Amino acid sequence: MAKILSYEEKDTWIHRLSGVTKLIFFLMWCLVSMLTYDTRILLFMVAFSLVVFKISRTEWKQVSAVFKLIMLFLILNVIAIFIFSPDQGTQVYGSRTVLFHIAGPYDLTREQLFYELNVVIKYFTVIPAVFMFLVTTNPSEFAASMNKLGINYNVGYAISIALRYIPDVQDEFTRIKHAQEARGIEMSGKAPLFSRIKSTASIIFPLIFSSMDRIDTVSNAMELRGYGKHKKRTWYMERKLKRNDYLTIAFTVAFTIVALTITFADGSRFYNPFL
Amino acid sequence: MKPIIDFKGFSFKYRAQAEPTLRDINLQIMPGEKVLIVGPSGSGKSTLAHCINGLVPFSFTGEITGTLKIADKNPADLGLFGLSKIVGTVLQDTDGQFIGLTVAEDIAFALENDMIPQEEMFTKVDEVAEMVDVKRLLDHSPRELSGGQKQRVSMAGVMVDDVDILLFDEPLANLDPATGKRAIDMIDQIQKKKNTTVLIIEHRLEDALYRDVDRVIVMGDGRIVSDCTPDELLTTDILQKEGIREPLYIAALKAAGCRISPKDKPQHIETMELSHYKEAVSGWFEATEPEPVRRETDSALKVENLYFSYEEGKPILEHIHFDIQKGEMVSIVGKNGAGKSTLSNLICGFYKPVRGRILLDGKDIASLSIKERGEHIGLVMQSPNQMISKPMIFDEVALGLRVRGVPEDEIKERVFNTLKICGLYPFRNWPVSALSFGQKKRVSIASILVMNPEILLLDEPTAGQDYRHYTEIMEFLKQINENMGITIIMITHDMHLMLEYTDRAIVIADGHLIADDTPARILTNEKIADKAYLKKTSLYDLAVNCGIDNPSDFVERFIAYERKKRWKEEESCG
Repeated sequence: MAKILSYEEKDTWIHRLSGVTKLIFFLMWCLVSMLTYDTRILLFMVAFSLVVFKISRTEWKQVSAVFKLIMLFLILNVIAIFIFSPDQGTQVYGSRTVLFHIAGPYDLTREQLFYELNVVIKYFTVIPAVFMFLVTTNPSEFAASMNKLGINYNVGYAISIALRYIPDVQDEFTRIKHAQEARGIEMSGKAPLFSRIKSTASIIFPLIFSSMDRIDTVSNAMELRGYGKHKKRTWYMERKLKRNDYLTIAFTVAFTIVALTITFADGSRFYNPFL
Repeated sequence: MKPIIDFKGFSFKYRAQAEPTLRDINLQIMPGEKVLIVGPSGSGKSTLAHCINGLVPFSFTGEITGTLKIADKNPADLGLFGLSKIVGTVLQDTDGQFIGLTVAEDIAFALENDMIPQEEMFTKVDEVAEMVDVKRLLDHSPRELSGGQKQRVSMAGVMVDDVDILLFDEPLANLDPATGKRAIDMIDQIQKKKNTTVLIIEHRLEDALYRDVDRVIVMGDGRIVSDCTPDELLTTDILQKEGIREPLYIAALKAAGCRISPKDKPQHIETMELSHYKEAVSGWFEATEPEPVRRETDSALKVENLYFSYEEGKPILEHIHFDIQKGEMVSIVGKNGAGKSTLSNLICGFYKPVRGRILLDGKDIASLSIKERGEHIGLVMQSPNQMISKPMIFDEVALGLRVRGVPEDEIKERVFNTLKICGLYPFRNWPVSALSFGQKKRVSIASILVMNPEILLLDEPTAGQDYRHYTEIMEFLKQINENMGITIIMITHDMHLMLEYTDRAIVIADGHLIADDTPARILTNEKIADKAYLKKTSLYDLAVNCGIDNPSDFVERFIAYERKKRWKEEESCG
């Protein structure tokens, strides 16, 4: 549980890149993926993400649980689009080729299928990039990168301190849960849903109280060591930009320009194979 | 030379309180001095520390009268951050104050906040890490460290600032005895090497005195009660009066009728001049009756050849076997991470043993659920905050009965009875938040007792408590044990607790049971004590140095004598 989507130290050139570079790449990549519906660019992006994912030596078990969750959302998303707007494809591509009639106003059209296929591909352009970013970037370095890009260091530090204490709180949660179970509060699947929801309260309160104690200590400790003294701070974990970083950033910028130029060249975000 | 810390007629009152917490403090500490500050909870010793590191008045506001100068400057002018350059504070909670995701980052934290360039940070962190011997751990996360290592990282974290004053707030509270000893040794070395001024706040006087200190300051009720060298202090009765535990060997010498003088150098038992007390001590030993042997009873909880591991071939516990009898008070001891909590998790049924059996009243409990076991074996966690989930005392104690569907009339009766036993009946309609820590602890015990368990299993029942509260909690448990016949098992690394309140100690080290014997015999056996990260009791050294052949008998007799004395005192108090 603790290892899902968390940073793992490995020695690949992607790991060696600075967090700033990866953050820029990640943001630009998402931007392009959001803007473009050009199937050719999307397919290129999927292929490229998969290659990067492979190079980063990310293991399937690190991401499988989250991947399944995203798949669930993807399916819901695709179905929802069809239910609420079965003729979106026709509107976009300007033609209507009915494959077969389903019921009421619902026809399955070639255009709708193609439109939704694009939506699915968009998901797949981003997913490997998200995973790659999360598992190859040291959280402290990530905080440092955000600060570098001009975001207040409190934001970055809040994230890294949360990561620091999440495992501790998880342990505490287990200990409290055990103690309450021994008192007779049923927490397993055997109890009916409503009483399980009720009994989580008996864990949440002690958890909050013991976490409050912890917060007190942490904030005192941070203040005593000068946190918040200056408007800026330096970072032990920061990585200097190296040649590969500049190359990656250059590639990212070039890619963004090219991709957006191709996308908008014909005045529409969509690549239309039905013309 | 000017004092580095200078209190003159200093008083402080917290904003939320009616009475001042510190009254008329006059205290001068010279640069390079090593001072120990002792006092019971509520004596103001922590507030005194907060005044020095600036948490008072910058984080906790209140009224100040009199003056305080640190390094000849007024703290108000320096501010919290200015003070942090002069005073480095190592807090009691080694876990909570670990801020960074790795050791290196945690050490660098103060430097980062000071905008020190990265290159400089690298060299500085390496240098300090070397000094406290954590260099090979630099890229480790806090979860991979032991309590002692975390504390060393905390020390490094404040030493990077080249502070003039190092302030330790109860450095021994969360450490097992052997690790605590090493921590005191480390503090001593650093002080000698860097000639820093060192202040140690602690109520465990005997352990804190393991290395020389220049002065001991005793706090009581917000005032400085005594300010002298340890050798002088140990010859007085100030400690007893203020409710601070004397070193055991000093208490034993006093019991034997010896009048200790500072000339004997009583600070360390190893080097104390004892020749003229030999006769008195052995005379007392001969004259004191040995403890009667406990009568055998039926088995309450039996563990047979228990084996547990997450991965085959990497046992967490192996070959564990013991038999706890009805009405016994037993401690399970060993260093942190030795497998003590795994054992309690197995007994309560949170984990399933890979091999071996656990028998309750002679019956295998493998088939019982966690809930069913909970009716026989009551688990009390270390901190009451980890257990209390209802805002009102009555509801909290009634919780276990309600979920078991006991009728409301019966609940009322049983809860009231239990509250009476626990001395909480007058508070039955109070909210839990109005209680003190000790009372909350009682509530958490009451909420378990109400289910009439045959066995109470307590995790570190006295952690972080001063002598008075420790005695209060332990006497209460002893009472339950004697009056209600409940078997009590305590998981602890407090040697006083095991020595004074338990008939037997089960020692676990690295997943193996290495001893099952009387605490007196375990704490006089150097081999076992070393392996389990305990430390042999100073009574042993006293006995050996006074030429007593059977040191463990001596220890047992003295502990029994103290216990009787305490009861007499309590009876006379009513």
